[in-house]
Amino acid sequence: MTMTSSRRAVVTLPEDTQILITREFDAPARLVYRAWTTPELVRRWWSGDRGEMTSAEIDLRVGGTWRFVMKANAGFEVAFHGEYREIVPAGRIVSTEVFEGMPDAEALSTITFTEADGRTTMSILVQHSSQEHRDAHINSGMEDGMQEALDRLEEVARSLR
Amino acid sequence: MARAATTADAFNAVAEPRRREILDLLAGGERPVNDLVALLGLAQPLVSKHLRVLREVGLVEVRGDGRQRMYRLNAGPLKPIYDWVRSYEQAWSRRFDRLDTVLEELKAEEDGENDHDE
Repeated sequence: MTMTSSRRAVVTLPEDTQILITREFDAPARLVYRAWTTPELVRRWWSGDRGEMTSAEIDLRVGGTWRFVMKANAGFEVAFHGEYREIVPAGRIVSTEVFEGMPDAEALSTITFTEADGRTTMSILVQHSSQEHRDAHINSGMEDGMQEALDRLEEVARSLR
Repeated sequence: MARAATTADAFNAVAEPRRREILDLLAGGERPVNDLVALLGLAQPLVSKHLRVLREVGLVEVRGDGRQRMYRLNAGPLKPIYDWVRSYEQAWSRRFDRLDTVLEELKAEEDGENDHDE
């Protein structure tokens, strides 16, 4: 499998209160949608390298809720939840999104799956209610990144003992 | 590390949608202010005001060219914004790399089922 530039996740900030994440997948939209909406599949990818998922609950219907819990490598737990507002199978999911560590900052995320020639471009538009909340959301990603870097550094340091 | 909160930084300058439009227009090459006024459909004083903010943070450079003042993009000050977003982007990239693995398995499963049907 070759990595092309289109396979890279691209994050842009279209408005002061928005985050847009796009990525192309070498699979049809129905499969990307399935991997995104099936708890046992979500558990396998959602935490990335940052930890282990301890819970993924998905009640996939308008008005239904979802909740993801991850135990980060650093030991602490982080949880997110939301409510589905719009569901178009293999097409579009609109849901609220709350990081439970910052419960006032409810965002609205719109995930769009666009298939062409068996490949799917997924875009996630996260709409925050204020620039502060948007920035805090991005900073949380950055802290994770730094944490990982520190963890790696620790590994390297240990290997040198 | 949080972004700088001063008003005179690139973050603040690009927070305004019209100023981002100006940067997009200048990304295509140097332009006189009249061009920008025409393309943006804004009054000249307003365009000049936006250009002044962009110049203050170094995103736009100006040079006199006869009677015309020519504006061009200097993308350097955008780097801190790029860096700020990049580690968030990396977290998503790692997550999506795992999703790729899940998708490969789902595709293989489907292929297997199709073979079985034949």
